[in-house]
Amino acid sequence: MTRPLPSYPSTRPGSAREAAGEPAPITPHHVAHRGGAENPSVAALRERFGAAIVRAHVMWGETTVIVAADAIHDVIAFLRDEPAHAYNYLVDVTAVEYRDAEQPMELVWHLRSLPWQRFLRLKVEIPKGEPLVAPSITDLYASADWLERECFDMFGVTFTGHPDLRRILMWDTYREGHPLRKDFPLRGRFSRSEQLTQALSIDTVGRYSMTELTIAEAFDDLPADMRERLAERRAAELARSMRTLDAGDDA
Amino acid sequence: MGLITTGERTIVRAPEPTGSTQDSWVTSRLDFLVNWARSSSMWPMPFGTACCAIEFMATAASRYDLARFGMERLSFSPRQADVLICAGRVPYKLAPVLRRIYQQMPQPKWVISMGACASSGGMFDNYAVVQGIDTIIPVDVYVPGCPPRPEALMYAILMLHKKVQTERLRDGARHTEIEPDPQSHLYIPPSRIDELSEPFGNSVHQTRSAP
Repeated sequence: MTRPLPSYPSTRPGSAREAAGEPAPITPHHVAHRGGAENPSVAALRERFGAAIVRAHVMWGETTVIVAADAIHDVIAFLRDEPAHAYNYLVDVTAVEYRDAEQPMELVWHLRSLPWQRFLRLKVEIPKGEPLVAPSITDLYASADWLERECFDMFGVTFTGHPDLRRILMWDTYREGHPLRKDFPLRGRFSRSEQLTQALSIDTVGRYSMTELTIAEAFDDLPADMRERLAERRAAELARSMRTLDAGDDA
Repeated sequence: MGLITTGERTIVRAPEPTGSTQDSWVTSRLDFLVNWARSSSMWPMPFGTACCAIEFMATAASRYDLARFGMERLSFSPRQADVLICAGRVPYKLAPVLRRIYQQMPQPKWVISMGACASSGGMFDNYAVVQGIDTIIPVDVYVPGCPPRPEALMYAILMLHKKVQTERLRDGARHTEIEPDPQSHLYIPPSRIDELSEPFGNSVHQTRSAP
């Protein structure tokens, strides 16, 4: 279950930045390839986590922080929960694999702080050959659910603690591997006829049913006002159908 | 009715209105009448998955006006459709859906494969995209283009009209339902599919992934 966001003073975009007297961000011109002003959150991270912050660099005006693998969950929780950072929007969870053997695989988290109007990219490096495991952040951001499923589907990264880690783009019984890995041949591992056979053997009715779209299961998790609205609408529908039935009896 | 009354190819002739009931008859070939009715109001089942669907919408809109061919009634239920227009790329995940929609259409039915991706996989010679929908379902007309212009789609529709108009009711082999092999789910031999899906053009020289 996702922990609710802490109560920031305000979540209006730019509210915290205005309160701190920082100037509004402008569309940058002539941004340097490397170097430039670092995201202020990095200094706070160094102070709080010390050696777990491996290094940070600025490229095209965007700050990237490389974090030790075992600290990434705490780092993201800190960035989300502290009102001084307030990264309340998880943009993306993905991974990068390089062709070079000595380049480690990178897991990437993109965070955005709406109150401070800041953007921060976090990376964890996993050397080639080591198991691709990372802690899930679905307990911090509900949106991490599908992003981590996609990352698992495409790269084979196992997010520990994810409630429902299964494929999302490819079908459940896909057996050729993880398509965005560098050792995956572009046309897939199997012959075209074999790929077609496997794809056509899927039970479409079982897989693509309307029950996937229903919100009945999620009813208890909905916000109270939405539940009330749905209950009112349902009561009105019931009353209307009862009236129709009565009218039918009279006729 | 007076459908075609030129020279010796007079097929349907309206009798002179003399007022006598004896004169109220027309003669024609049943084939012609049935084919004329079928080709003049083919209800399309649009299966739009990509940019070709935008061109299809342009074809259906007022400037190109599919209503001229009796096709303005898009049938979003396959049960009432005559021609399946597959407009756009079909990923493998969608292949069983496309086949099921085709199987749900009643006979007689026709298929137009619109655009390079539907016809051959197009530029998407990769693990995710079906290399031509003719590996899943039989196709009557292929429309080249990326995406094809509305004129090209209308040309394909007119070609399909010609094909329908040459059909004979006695020819029972025309409209037999495909019966896929229960093991492989394919309706043509696997070797034929591998041959159809061979890379072509520049993609023959594409970089293979490093080991």
